[in-house]
Amino acid sequence: MTLNTEQVIINIGPQHPSTHGVFRMRVTFDGEVIIDMEPVFGYLHRGIEKLAEHKTYVQNIPFTDRLDYLAAMSNNFAYVLAVEKLAGIEVPERAEYIRIIMAELMRISSHLMGVGFFLNDMGAFMTPVLYMLREREKILDLFEMACGQRLTYNYMRFGGVSHDIPGEFMPALKRFIDEMPGYIDEYDQLIAENEIVLARTKGIGILSADQAINASTAGPVLRATGVKWDLRKADPYSIYDRFDFDVPTGTNGDNYDRYRMKIEEMKQSVRIVKQAMEQLPQGEICTRVSPTFKPPKGEAYGRVEGPKGELGFFIVSDGSAKPYRFKVRPPALLNLTVLREMIIGWKLADAIVTFGSIDICMGEVDR
Amino acid sequence: MTKPLSGSDIAQQIGDQFPDAVTDSNETAVFVRSEALLDVAGFLKESLDLNYLNNITAVDYTDYFELTYLFTSLASNHSLVIKTRCEERDNPRVPSVVSLWQGADFQEREIYDLLGISFDGHPNMKRIFLWDGFQGYPLRKDFIIDVPGGGKATKQGVNDA
Amino acid sequence: MEIERPYVSSELDKIEGAQIDALMAASKEPYPDPVAWLHEELQQNVLLTSTEHVIDWGKRYSVWPVLLGLACCAFEMICAAASRYDFSRFGMEVFRFSPRQADLMLVAGTLTWKMAPALRRIYDQMAEPKWVIAMGACTVSGGAFRGSYSVVPGINLIVPVDVYIPGCPPRPEGLLHGFMELHRKVLADKLIKK
Repeated sequence: MTLNTEQVIINIGPQHPSTHGVFRMRVTFDGEVIIDMEPVFGYLHRGIEKLAEHKTYVQNIPFTDRLDYLAAMSNNFAYVLAVEKLAGIEVPERAEYIRIIMAELMRISSHLMGVGFFLNDMGAFMTPVLYMLREREKILDLFEMACGQRLTYNYMRFGGVSHDIPGEFMPALKRFIDEMPGYIDEYDQLIAENEIVLARTKGIGILSADQAINASTAGPVLRATGVKWDLRKADPYSIYDRFDFDVPTGTNGDNYDRYRMKIEEMKQSVRIVKQAMEQLPQGEICTRVSPTFKPPKGEAYGRVEGPKGELGFFIVSDGSAKPYRFKVRPPALLNLTVLREMIIGWKLADAIVTFGSIDICMGEVDR
Repeated sequence: MTKPLSGSDIAQQIGDQFPDAVTDSNETAVFVRSEALLDVAGFLKESLDLNYLNNITAVDYTDYFELTYLFTSLASNHSLVIKTRCEERDNPRVPSVVSLWQGADFQEREIYDLLGISFDGHPNMKRIFLWDGFQGYPLRKDFIIDVPGGGKATKQGVNDA
Repeated sequence: MEIERPYVSSELDKIEGAQIDALMAASKEPYPDPVAWLHEELQQNVLLTSTEHVIDWGKRYSVWPVLLGLACCAFEMICAAASRYDFSRFGMEVFRFSPRQADLMLVAGTLTWKMAPALRRIYDQMAEPKWVIAMGACTVSGGAFRGSYSVVPGINLIVPVDVYIPGCPPRPEGLLHGFMELHRKVLADKLIKK
């Protein structure tokens, strides 16, 4: 006997325990199977691009922290790279190494949160998150030693970084880097062989490589489909060409591969930090630039490989002390382009887990 | 390193195929007429294998709008910048490239929402961040907001105050 | 791929847009902060003192928050709930996801006009007695984004607020201090108000 089902429209969000921020989906169901999804954005649209035109270049550095608030150092890094390209400012060696150490620690912290909340969505309520937060607190202690803040750092400046790392930073970093591989293995053992995780992630939310490239995805989402594209190797910025690390890729592009990417990238980040710690030279940390400096007329696009993908800033300058146009390339928004294709035909619970595996941050999607 | 292709060389290639599509070119970018944008983009996607669209940006220079497209070829690791201009203020229209690169979907909706430029051929041209019924287009230079400590805003930009 | 939808999304957008415009027009004056509970003349209830004490003890030590993390401050709230700055010592680690089961609305992050009707609706769905904590500079006054075209300059235009916690973001210790202030306020809320 076939059941007569009619189409039901359900609204998921904006306040929901599993949305990573305020994101809303209008989903049309036929029984329990999803047949259509419409994303609705804008619940955190604060107008950063317009406000940035009213502040000087240095005053905009704290705005960049609030874009992807889980990876604030990477945002700072991309912005200062763009303006340094525009104005032709040189960066001393010590500052370059410090920036790399901070950016890679930030990647580890962001991926810890990504994996923790991915498992939260699956139903392992708060246990993996509490384990991941234990390590993240150690990273936040290191950042607090360097710049005094835990979440929005405002640390990088045009021409270097704002404060030098204090004496107790390097021993604490060494202790952290020595124990971190053990912790990553502990998490991997607990999660990757678990039957429920495998049943809920393998073969679900599949994305093909052609679809991913056409939809401008980047970061772990793109690499999980098998495309080996990482800006740190393809278009090295800062001094990434001096370090030796691998770029992991996946095979199927399903949820499990995206989780695997994050674990492997954390291991590679630990490698990079170890090498940077050994090679760290002494010297200046910042070339002095005036707080109201006026870069020459022109435009520049500076980008980094953030934890979520290619994060870029397109700055247009008209010769005055405030930017004429401040545009952000948001990796999280572009990674969401394919969400609709990934969840049509699956059930509601799979949709939530697939959305969690893309790992977005609404501050960046909405700006 | 990603090799940025020279605008002047590519302008030659485009000019052979589409005689009056290119208006200007320099070392970094090729300027194309907005009506010819879709054809030129399709041609470049085939011939130079530019399969990845990085970014679409729109800037409001008070007399005209300028759109900048950045494309990359993942296999051959080179990139190209295409620019196009739109002179109209009241109802600016530009062809959409969504049929070639799906990644342009949300970026074009954002440009419509914040600057008012509509894209012909986009399947879902409506506001994305602001709510339906919001008056005006915020990123235009004549949309004045009052930011505490932010200087005096005028139609040409913000003065150093 | 195009699929027939059973609704027309532009009509739904128009209805929601009209709600947001209506709320924007109606929220010009801030709600007064609820200090009526601190009135001195309500303290004459000699007969009920010991029952009141027990009830207050119960109310104060199990205030359950509803999860409303909007932006960056939400992550300091999560850190306050985690193992280092544990706030389950205060009886509050039970984050209810449904507002019907919660006592406290902890607004953490910037509120935009598009989100404001949803916030008001969640506040209205909570049962009495209820309290609101505004965490972070963005909820107190608009914060770093004051003057923007889409940010509400302070959530006291939408809901009445009991405790304001400044900071951008406030440290977890700051949030715990805010909770202790709220406990003082809850103690002052006597059983018989009128």
